[in-house]
This record gives sequence, C-alpha cells and structure tokens, in this order.
Amino acid sequence: MAGINTGDDILVMTDTVKAFGGLLAVKDFNLRLPRGCLQGLIGPNGAGKTTAFNLITGIIPLTSGSVEFKGERIDGLEPFEVTRLGIARTFQNIRLFSNLSVLDNVRIAYHAHAGYSLGDSILRTRRYTQHEKELTDKALDFLSIFKLEDIADEIAKNLPYGQQRRVEIARALACAPSLLLLDEPAAGMNPREILELMDLIHFIKGRFDLTILLIEHQMRVVMGICEYLTVMDFGEVIARGTPKEIQNNETVIEAYLGKGAGKSAAS
Amino acid sequence: MELGYLAGTIVKMIALVAWIYGLLWGLGRKRIWQKSATLVLAFGVIQAVIWTRIGDFALFSAFDQGLLFQAITMTMVALGLNLIYGFNGQFSLAQWGFYGIGAYCSADITYRWTNGDASGLIVVGLGVILGALALVGVGKLLKKKRGVPVLSAFTFYLFALVAVGLAAVWLGSMLSPLCAPLFGTPDAPGPLASPIALQAVFFLSVIFAGAFAAEVSFLFGLPVLSLGSDYFGIATLGFAIVVKTLLVNSDTILGFKEMKGGRGMLGIPKVTSWAWAFIFLVIVIVIIRNFIRSSTGRATLAVREDEIAARAMGIDVAGNKLLAFVVGSFVAGIGGAIYAHYMGFLAPASFDFIAGFNPLIIVVFGGLGSMTGTIAAAFGWIFFLEGFLRILLGQLGTDAPSWRFVLYPIALLLLMLVRPQGLLGTVEWGFFRAEGARKRLKQALGAVQRAGAQKAGE
Repeated sequence: MAGINTGDDILVMTDTVKAFGGLLAVKDFNLRLPRGCLQGLIGPNGAGKTTAFNLITGIIPLTSGSVEFKGERIDGLEPFEVTRLGIARTFQNIRLFSNLSVLDNVRIAYHAHAGYSLGDSILRTRRYTQHEKELTDKALDFLSIFKLEDIADEIAKNLPYGQQRRVEIARALACAPSLLLLDEPAAGMNPREILELMDLIHFIKGRFDLTILLIEHQMRVVMGICEYLTVMDFGEVIARGTPKEIQNNETVIEAYLGKGAGKSAAS
Repeated sequence: MELGYLAGTIVKMIALVAWIYGLLWGLGRKRIWQKSATLVLAFGVIQAVIWTRIGDFALFSAFDQGLLFQAITMTMVALGLNLIYGFNGQFSLAQWGFYGIGAYCSADITYRWTNGDASGLIVVGLGVILGALALVGVGKLLKKKRGVPVLSAFTFYLFALVAVGLAAVWLGSMLSPLCAPLFGTPDAPGPLASPIALQAVFFLSVIFAGAFAAEVSFLFGLPVLSLGSDYFGIATLGFAIVVKTLLVNSDTILGFKEMKGGRGMLGIPKVTSWAWAFIFLVIVIVIIRNFIRSSTGRATLAVREDEIAARAMGIDVAGNKLLAFVVGSFVAGIGGAIYAHYMGFLAPASFDFIAGFNPLIIVVFGGLGSMTGTIAAAFGWIFFLEGFLRILLGQLGTDAPSWRFVLYPIALLLLMLVRPQGLLGTVEWGFFRAEGARKRLKQALGAVQRAGAQKAGE
C-alpha cells in the first residue's frame, strides 16, 4: 500500500499515525478509496475507527503520515477547509443544530457558497436578496429530495431519532461533498428504520455521485450494502476484503469473539 | 402632586416602550415608504414631546430625557452583547470595556476640537482607517501563508497596528497645526469652530469610536477567543479591569491630560441631541438585524449550537467568533460615544466591571438569542431602576433610592425562577423576525407539494 495515487482513488491515507500520549490510537493506517465505491470500516469498540474519521476531516491533527484527497494533501488543513474541498461527515452521536429549524440546519451547510458577503447582508444589496432567495429555494428543493419538506419549519431537537439521522445526512450532503463519511448511521435504530436507512444510502450514492466510507456495527447494514470492508483492531488494519471474505476471515473473528472462537465457528 | 407625578412617569415609560415597539413593527413592514414613514413618525413624536412646554411645565422633563438616552445607549451595548453571548455563545464581560473605550475615544476627539485642536480627529481618524487597511492586508498575507499559529498571527497584527498608530500620531502632529488657523480666535471664530463643524466632527467621532473599539476587540479577541467559553469569560473580565485601570490613570500612564484620570473628564460638548441618538439607534438596530438575518448570522448560531458540527459544515468557527465579537464591540463603542456626548462628563467609575454586569443581566433577562427581548429589557431596566424605583423610593426619604439596588435583584430572582429562558426566550418580533423568509417558505412549500401531487396524479 504505497502512497502513489493512481488517479482513481479519491482518498488515500498513507501510514497515518495518531498518538495520544503513549497510546497509538491509529497505527500505520493505510486506506484507499476508489472513486464511487461504498466502503465499510469496521472493528470492535475502541479500534480507532472514529479517530480515523477525525484524522481525515482534520478535527484532530496527524502525528505522522499523510492524507490525500483527489491527489492533494489535506492533512494539516482546518476542518472547515476540508469540508469545503468536498468531504462531509455525520457523527456517531447526532450533532444537529438542535435549537434551529430543519431548514436552517440545511441552509447553514450552504454558508460557504452563500454567494454574498457580510457587507451585502448589512446593506441588503440586490445580491443579498437574490442569493438568499435562491439559497432558501435550493434548501427546500433539497429537503424535498429527502421527503423532509413538511418538517422544514420544525425545530431539529423535536424530531424523532430516525428523522434526525435523515436530517443530518441531508445536511452533510448539502455541503456538496464528493466523499461522505458516515459514522455509525444505524446506531440506535429499529429494524424498519435500518431498512429505510440502507435504501437512503443507496439512493444518495447514485443521486449525488458519491464515494461513501461508513463505520458501522450493525452487521446486516455492513454486509448488506458495503462493497468492500476494512477491519481495524487496536488502531491497525487486520483485514481487508469483500464482505464474504471478511465473514470467513479468522483474524477478524478472533478480534471480535476471541481466540479459538474462529475454529469453533468454522467447524 | 407627588403621586400624580409618579403616575405620569409610569404612563410616559409605558408610552416609550410602546413607542420602541411601534418602531420595530413599522420597520418590519415590507414597503420602503412604510419604513420611512415609521422612521419619520417615530422621530417626530418624541421630538414633539420634547419640545412641548407649557410655561414652566415640560411634558418631557430633563429627567425623562435622561432616562430615554440611557435606555438607548444601554440598548446598543446590550444588543452587541446579545450578538456575542446570546447568538454566538461566547460569555463576555469585555463589552463594558469597549463601551468605555468608545466613550473616551469620541469624547477626546470632540473635547480637543472644541478647544481648537484638530489632532484628536486626525490621529484617531487616520489611525482607524489605516489600521483597518493594515489588518486586512496582514490578514491577506497570513491567509496566503497557511497554518500560522494564532499567537504569531496576533503578533503580526499587533506590530502592524502599532506601526500604523505611530504613523497616525506623526501625521497628526504634522497636520493639526495646519488646521489651527482655521479655528480662529474666541472673538473671531474660524470656519472649523462653527456649530455645524462640531456636529460633523461628532458624527465622525462616533463612527471612529466604534471602529476603534472594533479594532481593539479584534486584537484582543484573536488570541483569547481560541480559549474555551469559560476561560474566555475570565479573560474578558481581565480586559474590563485593564480598561478601567487605564482610564483611572489616563492622565499619567496614557498621557492624556484632558482625560484627568480618576477625577473624571469634564467639558465634553453635549452634542447628543434626540436626532443623533435616534439616528444611531436605528443604525445599530439595522446592523444587528441584518447581521443575524443572513448566512453569516446563521453560521453564528451554528457555532453557538455545536462548534464541531459547525466546523464539519465548512464554517470557519474561529473567524466567525471573531466577527461576532468585533461587530458587538463596534456597537458598544457607538453606544459609549452617544453616552459621552449626552452626559458631558465621564468618570472611570462608571466603566467599572461591576457595572459591566448590567448589560449581561439585560441580555439574560430579555432572553438569550432574542434581540427584541434585549431591547425590551434595556428600556424596562432603565425605566424600572432609574425611573420608577427612584421616584417611588424618593417618597420615603433622601437615602431611600439606594434601596433600589436591593429591590431589583429580588425582581430579577423572581423572574429567573418563573421564566428561566428570559422574558422572550428566543422569540423575535416585528423588524427582527424573518417575516419574508417565512412567507417564502410557505409559498415554496406549496409549490413543492403541488408539484409532488401532480407527479402522483400522473
């Protein structure tokens, strides 16, 4: 896994290391995401999956290694700059702007591309009026794609859990990303909501021409939609492959269930 | 007679609160002529009341006018603070310091002017304008060179501003003697000594005072805003104390003899008329409202709600905090300038950080995140504390009015127990409400739903 970008890979992480004091949360982590793929990142609790996400989005700085996005180094950039380059994410524990309306949640994602400056808005120039109207219309159209237009005026914290997830994914997509990172999107969902979520992920992938990297614990989601899996344990990659291959990989079974479990499961 | 007076005062105060809400309502109308008519009417009503005198009896006494001006300056300071604290979530005690900076800065300009010295206007004016250019320039350079740590950036900005300041002082010492002959002598006043010139200088001094406070806040906020919320609060407390201490020693440490340190600055021309106060109140309200009802305003709210999520949405969190802080301080500086030229006297004691809790109380009282509530609370606060309680307790003896500082905390306690979210919570009203957006939302929703129904029909 050398760090040479063949041009097909949208994201390449090369030998990334993150140390919290003496603890190596992520150790020599390599990852390649071909454009347009739907990859899963799985592993037991504390394996360093979310840390890897945070390294990609720049929320925490790398200790060493490099992250390349569309052929450019993005490690060392501020998180907001990473987002503006086209990487959006959702969070493990939903982080909506809870006291704002669903519409505002989406409109905030448009901020970087609002098209008018603070000066325009203070003086209420034509540019402000025009772009603000466009922005609102765009946000409403966007919400209607997700069938959220009826609750556009609703305060985010009053929504049921499944819908909050939907809004969060919609908000992340409003940033116009080409790479979407989903951190445990199915956490806390009931089976029906999980099915809806899987449909949604398939739908947005096609509609917005996305590459998706997803952390998930729910095996039915992982096995159901991921094309390729990377398994982490103790900050290291222990296996890679298609869901089928991973299911029968002894190292993975060992990491999840303990030593010896692999043999009995296989027999 | 006394009771009649008290009743009259209460009626006047209620009328004034109704007035400010009429103003907000009128400004919230759609058409431009409705807005202009509201402005003319709102200005005219108070002006007429101020002019009304029947013999010795003035309908709107000097005491009442004092309350009105205090309420207006307090409104400005509190609106700025609500932007910083209520909308952006940064607990700040520095607001009162910027208020003091604005007051002293503009007072020094006009004081020197009335004494035939244009140096104050020239130095501050040049300093502020060149300073702004320098900040923008340094900002551009730093942006090009990526990843400069905050403290190094701060040092660059500081050096740039100090250099600009020295240049402005030097230019001022060159230019102001040239202006001296234009002031004339007391017997034969020159063109610069005319009352009109003073009005113009006052206007400029208010703008410059606001800009000066804004630039100081930029320099202070840049390193300090990167601290977490609580630590930022403590740092701002430090700032308020530094400002007060500097003002107490303004004649010795800072070397401004005319400020007279702790004894208080006398002889500031009382230029703040009702017209000026009204104009600047409207300017401040418009700036604040247009700020919060914009994409930047939404980003500001996002930072308050969740910084990490805001960052993940592509919002420059540090930049946004700084922006809100600077705009809030600008508004506070303007408020200070209006106050200085209404009082005609400034004492450092009024800029003590203890007094700085007043705008904070007003903001919390009116509802964090409600500009309408802040205006209501600022007017209500001044009228209740300085108007109503003062007169009511005045009936009991000469010392009794001091008891208002016992009574108002009790009122505060009760309100906080009954309504912890403040008077209005986050509800906005009139001008501050996003009326247009809501209507458009309804229309657009209708269109989207119609399109959906059509599709379903096919």
